[in-house]
Amino acid sequence: MRPPGCSLSLRPQLLIIFYSDIASMAAIEILGLEKTYHVGFWRKKPKCALKPLHLEVEDGEIFGFLGPNGAGKTTTLKMLMGLVFPTGGSARILGMEINDPRMKAQIGFLPEQPYFYDYLTARELLNYYGQLSGIHTDRRKISEILERVGLPKDGDVQLRKFSKGMLQRAGIAQAILHDPKVVFLDEPMSGLDPMGRREVRDLTEQLKREGKTVFFSTHILSDAEALCDRVAIIHQGTLQGVGAVADLTASVQGKVEIVWQGNTVPASIRGLGADCHVTGDTVRAVIAEVKQDAALEALRRERLRLIALVPVRTSLEEYFMHKVQDAEQAAAVRV
Amino acid sequence: MNMRVAHIARNTFREAVRDRVLYNLIAFALLMSGAAILVGQISIDIERLVVVNLGLTAVSLFGMVIAIFIGIGLVSKEIDKRTLYTVLSRPVRRWEFIAGKFFGLAGTLVVNTLFMAAGVFAALLYVSRHFQHSDGWIMVALYFIVLQFLIITALALLFSSFSSPLLAAVFAFSLFVIGSFAEDLRGFAAMTQGVTKWLASGAAYLVPNFSALNIISMVAHEQGVSRQLIFYNTAYALIYTTMALSGAVLIFERRNLK
Repeated sequence: MRPPGCSLSLRPQLLIIFYSDIASMAAIEILGLEKTYHVGFWRKKPKCALKPLHLEVEDGEIFGFLGPNGAGKTTTLKMLMGLVFPTGGSARILGMEINDPRMKAQIGFLPEQPYFYDYLTARELLNYYGQLSGIHTDRRKISEILERVGLPKDGDVQLRKFSKGMLQRAGIAQAILHDPKVVFLDEPMSGLDPMGRREVRDLTEQLKREGKTVFFSTHILSDAEALCDRVAIIHQGTLQGVGAVADLTASVQGKVEIVWQGNTVPASIRGLGADCHVTGDTVRAVIAEVKQDAALEALRRERLRLIALVPVRTSLEEYFMHKVQDAEQAAAVRV
Repeated sequence: MNMRVAHIARNTFREAVRDRVLYNLIAFALLMSGAAILVGQISIDIERLVVVNLGLTAVSLFGMVIAIFIGIGLVSKEIDKRTLYTVLSRPVRRWEFIAGKFFGLAGTLVVNTLFMAAGVFAALLYVSRHFQHSDGWIMVALYFIVLQFLIITALALLFSSFSSPLLAAVFAFSLFVIGSFAEDLRGFAAMTQGVTKWLASGAAYLVPNFSALNIISMVAHEQGVSRQLIFYNTAYALIYTTMALSGAVLIFERRNLK
């Protein structure tokens, strides 16, 4: 197949270079995207919803966009979808500008707490969205999609009779209906019961296996930790960190668990701020990694037998809290 | 027509048809036609005049209420309920959305008018026992009523694109009332002088001239309508509608959907 815009006279070497460029191209490139709203009726004051954001999401990865409520996640997604206009910066999806209709034919979007035309049945809704996406949606294809999101028997039910969880599933169905290359999910787990959350997780992983890029925002950190190849953390409109979950959590000052034989905790170890638990003839103490040597020295001095020294794995939640607290402290200092 | 515009129009039509409020309004319009028969029966020798007057006024008023009532929510409801997000995140341009909404509601109003017109003709047949040649002008009056619907739908969409449904309803209804007296406003402007003349003339030409499109009384009295009037009224309505729609598109193209 000839790449768009290339003439047939191009040499094969050039075509290879062209294709390799596409292959290495990021699925989503956010280049300093920012948004400032003006609030107030008479004397409008600027309110910064998103400070210049730079982010790249690689092709085929599941990318988590994390942050507390009001952090700027939905604003970012709305700018990428062309619903809100950025104050500055730009973004490209699949190498195309964010308002390019050709790009929009290749993306799927599930908004937060979706609400659909409740006078339509699920089947009519998907048919309508299929038409708007420029694809042919026959009864069989719609049945397949409904089956995939766990609504196999609800195709002919009006959406006004759907529960919140069913609406969320219908929302996911419309987002993947046209086989998009990039799927944006805004809080996809919200409103779902544990079973539903598991199904959405499985579906997201399936999308990745199909080679699609998934960009999803969430404040449920365990979902992000279980699913994402990489995450970005945003707070008060500022990017706080981005990377693979393991790399991010490793960057937080760690803790170690020291286990020794005995039933007493030496005062020198308590003095290091250790969190100690005595069970039978074993003592477990969790202590900051930097105080590890001092604790071992204390054990040697007291002639206590060391059983284990294990690093305590930092969870994404701890990393998240750490970053959010840092940002809040920095904001307080500025004030 | 652009296929996406057609799909949005079809969905808007489907929404209006499935809206129960619409059926209430149609029921009211049919009741009005029934009332026209009753009033016609007690109006000796002027049954036809009363039926045409009351029937067409009912078609016009109820159509206007439907146009304003549904038109003001066409955009704002989609923003409030966030249904617009999943539409505009697809290869749909904002102008296509506005155009689709307009054609969808316009189509609904045309179909409603056809149903209500059937009621008026049924009432007319009931009181007159037969149709006469001048009854054909009723079709022209109905055509002008549809032209009024196009203007008010475009205005409702324009107001809906930047204000709340309540404000949009107030603006649209006010323009409907003022526009129904547009000829009087023009007469007033002609009688005044200085700044008042400027202001009155400006207002008179800015508001939609619904009075020129209202020929109900004329056809009720079995008077004919010139081709020139049909042409001018059609051109006026189409230009006014296009301008109002363009305004709606210009505003909507720049709007942040928070």
